[in-house]
Amino acid sequence: MTNVSTLPHSMAPSLAGFSDEGLRSELQKQGVFTTTLQEVYNWGRKNSVWPLQFGLACCAIEMIATSMARYDLARFGAEVFRPSPRQADLMIVAGTVTKKMAPQVVRLYNQMPEPKYVIAMGACAISGGPFKQGYNVLKGIDRYIPVDVHIPGCPPRPEALLHAFMTLQRQIGDQSLSNGSRPRHLDPDAPGEFVVPRYGAHDLEPPNNPQVWEPPAKPDKPPGPAL
Amino acid sequence: MIPSLEEIKNRIETALPGTRLEILRNESPSGQHSLLVRKEDAAETARFLRNDPSLSLDYCSNVTGVDWPETELTQKVKIKTTVDGVEKEVEETRKTKKGGYLEVVYHLYSMEKKHGPVILRMRTENRADKTHLPSLTPLWRSCEFQEREIYDLYGVVFDGHPDLRRILMWDGFQDHPMRRDYVAPDDYEYEPTTHSEVLERAKRHG
Repeated sequence: MTNVSTLPHSMAPSLAGFSDEGLRSELQKQGVFTTTLQEVYNWGRKNSVWPLQFGLACCAIEMIATSMARYDLARFGAEVFRPSPRQADLMIVAGTVTKKMAPQVVRLYNQMPEPKYVIAMGACAISGGPFKQGYNVLKGIDRYIPVDVHIPGCPPRPEALLHAFMTLQRQIGDQSLSNGSRPRHLDPDAPGEFVVPRYGAHDLEPPNNPQVWEPPAKPDKPPGPAL
Repeated sequence: MIPSLEEIKNRIETALPGTRLEILRNESPSGQHSLLVRKEDAAETARFLRNDPSLSLDYCSNVTGVDWPETELTQKVKIKTTVDGVEKEVEETRKTKKGGYLEVVYHLYSMEKKHGPVILRMRTENRADKTHLPSLTPLWRSCEFQEREIYDLYGVVFDGHPDLRRILMWDGFQDHPMRRDYVAPDDYEYEPTTHSEVLERAKRHG
């Protein structure tokens, strides 16, 4: 943890401390190790992300495979799948989220303590997948909760989940604690609870949470003909 | 060897006087003809199929629903009319409406005799308010969830079902999504490569 080279330069000076890479490596050669509060804090957070133990469809099988010996999610400090949302840091939405299941998923997310993260795993969880044109599958869990990493694939291989996990770790490691991009749990104005949809007569109500999701913008010009 | 459907029909009609059955022929290569039963005869007919020692259809493998919406038939008829004293042959189109109905199909097998399927069909009177049919769950336990599914997705109400609730959609959902005239909620979002049905939906969405 001595020589982290990914620190952003825009960091607040009080926390960034020795962000001068040259000075740090020079000191390190002399046997002096320097760090910052932010680095220690993020290092601790990113290496002990405990997922919530639940699966919704076939992606969950790949998630289980990822946690077993061959792919070994334990290498990243995430082997402890917790059966209670109160003890979990990460929600891996692995599989098809039907509209009937969506309120329960959002409620579980609300019950998780901060800091918490979401990985949407597989085509269904990120967009509805092959069921996108249907009536009973949610067209992406990001309509209701903020998603940190999306994984395409049907289902994604364990390597893809590991890659998503490493991406999440990088995101956590890059977070600054004081300025505008600070994590949600350190921002008093950030929303702590997300609206749980209700079962309506024809659809979920509301059909999405505008706080976290807006429909994809239509481009001004239609895509041109293929070359 | 399972008796032919004609023989089964004759046997039921002699054993249960007053029962009227109809054979619906399937002219496709599978040739799976089925037995159409009136709803008032359904319970007794099904009981006979299950208990008759030579049939012994003790297992209902599949129950499914079919929605037949109202159809308008157009026929062209040539009529001779007299116009200004001259006899002419005029072509006239006649439109007749055929009422829609919901149909339920049961596939019956025999575990004991190792034969089947015998296909049983029932039809409701219409698609709106007279959608009641007798439940066959008291005879075949395996019908329970499948009849609930048909109740959920087609809106057929099974009288005598022990626990008739929706099974896939939530309680309080009002539509029947497998009906032909079901309109899904408009939650279309922009897609770059729309075609066929999706393109139509995109145009409707605006």
